Amino acid sequence: MQTKSSSVQLQERQGISHTKNILEDKSLTFAEKIISIKNVETRNKSRITAMAGDIVTVDVDLAMAQDSTGPLAIRSLNEMGIDKLYDPSKALLVIDHTFPAADEKVANLHALIRDFVSKHNCMIVEGSISHQHILEYLATPGMMLLGADSHTCQAGCVSAFASGIGSTEIAAVWATGQLWLRVPDTIKINLSGTFNKGVFARDLILDYIGKVGEDGANYKALEWKFSNDYVKRQFSMDSRACISNASMECGAKISVFPLDKVTTRYLDENPRINNNVRRKIEIQPGTNAKYKDEIEIECDKIEPKVSGPDNVDKVHSIEELANVEIDQAFIGSSTNGRIEDLEVAARMLKGRKVHKNTRCVVTPSSVKVYQDAIRRGYVEIYLESGAVFTNATCGACVGTHLGALGENEICISSSSRNFVGRMGALSSKVYLASPATVAASAIEGKIADPRRYL
Amino acid sequence: MTIKDQPTGISKGRAWVFGDNINTDIIIPFRFKSRTNDPYEMAKYAMYGFDPDFHNKISKGDILVAGRNFGGGSSREQAPVALKYAGISAVMAESFARIFYRNAFTIGLPALEIPEIKGKVNQGDELEIDITNFTAENIRTKEIFHARKVPEFMRQMLLAGGLIEFYKKYKQFPWIQS
Repeated sequence: MQTKSSSVQLQERQGISHTKNILEDKSLTFAEKIISIKNVETRNKSRITAMAGDIVTVDVDLAMAQDSTGPLAIRSLNEMGIDKLYDPSKALLVIDHTFPAADEKVANLHALIRDFVSKHNCMIVEGSISHQHILEYLATPGMMLLGADSHTCQAGCVSAFASGIGSTEIAAVWATGQLWLRVPDTIKINLSGTFNKGVFARDLILDYIGKVGEDGANYKALEWKFSNDYVKRQFSMDSRACISNASMECGAKISVFPLDKVTTRYLDENPRINNNVRRKIEIQPGTNAKYKDEIEIECDKIEPKVSGPDNVDKVHSIEELANVEIDQAFIGSSTNGRIEDLEVAARMLKGRKVHKNTRCVVTPSSVKVYQDAIRRGYVEIYLESGAVFTNATCGACVGTHLGALGENEICISSSSRNFVGRMGALSSKVYLASPATVAASAIEGKIADPRRYL
Repeated sequence: MTIKDQPTGISKGRAWVFGDNINTDIIIPFRFKSRTNDPYEMAKYAMYGFDPDFHNKISKGDILVAGRNFGGGSSREQAPVALKYAGISAVMAESFARIFYRNAFTIGLPALEIPEIKGKVNQGDELEIDITNFTAENIRTKEIFHARKVPEFMRQMLLAGGLIEFYKKYKQFPWIQS
């Protein structure tokens, strides 16, 4: 027993020293560093540096599924005959997409999730979007987070490795605590300049996706870098979350912001609640790391953008679409349903009315965002303007409830996607834009420029 | 059809040809996939965004042939599940979106990445797929295509019929060395 325990101690010491070496290695990207650290081989026996292209099995710190992917994960576990989770405190179920249940079929699947959670004693959240809840309470720098939801990559905004996978793979992570990953190539994006009036993080990421296409970062990591502190100041945590989240629309595996004062201040103001994920690892990409591509984005060159319909990479200027009349304006989703988003739209709608031919639906991304919106008086402003203010859920973004579209209807939306039939009828059309552009469009009843209201 | 009927090794089927960026909302819309946990029910909505009656028009063993970025968007595993249970035996594409590609192997739907496939297959062509060697042949033109190779554990998982079948057979996950 003594031999075993001293051998374990040696392994732990080797593990710590390995981690330190990896963190200080100037030749590695963020993805290479974190996958090297989380590599199960590091824990077991050897010191292996994972490089782009390598396939590595990693320890996973948190594995999430939501109400449209969790039931299939539970079914897969049952089919494999696995009735014990590796570590229930690392398993999270979130009922967010169709919350509260819109009909009997959904209610039955929600019940399946609740039974599973109560049997295994894992974490459950109801009525906040998973990605926003994870950002507010659970995500930690240096965390390995996998989720059965493509927008899991949002947590890259706090320097976590966060990526989407399927239901059965989440089931395998719940069973073993591990999964294989291919170390991605990385694209480094240097940000410079400051946004002009009416231009926001969403315009930046739509502009980028328009240039690189829907598969422009497929299989790759995005590393965002600020050229100086002046640039950094305009990228709040909400803005970073928007960019990391929407990076999925060009296929990014992860989309990571550097750990800086904005991150630490956010984490201080929003304490983590789960002991298992409290430990922070500060991972900064090496200064001599090898990148697949390096690009520059000048924020001052970006104009407000509108994407759509049918594909996110169909990106236009507002002028090109200025006469498109809309039936609905939607402000919400994990991409742009945070307090910063509700603030700018409320500022524009204050004292104004939603156009008589347009419905305006506002859906906060979490209970916390909802509470903040009440405290700051935004809910009152929205209701006065004629908008509908719903509970926190994915809702209209996925056309499941609270704002689905009928035949030939047109919606401008701050949500994540505009794919065919995304929000309802196959003949309906969705355009994507920043919450400010959506609010301006709600006022005018057609796609409109936000700058005249700011 | 049950999972055990799924092809291993060689399979034949007729081609359905699609363009670029066939995303998961086209393959199965959220409002349907989020209201069932039954693969056969999911199959009724396969390619609904292209044609709501698609599942009635295909024959067992048919093969989808697509352009770039097949399966982009959502992480929904219901997308390859709906195709598989609707009777689609494989998908060939110039490229696949990352999560769809993983999911296809996980659920045992052969996904063959063939960068030069564009323009080489017509609607209705008979194709033969060999997932032992990761090749495909257009029977009409006699042209043979070599798909991008995958790690051995992924190939083994696919040959077993997917992750669940692999686990049932070997009592371990394919990427974990015993």
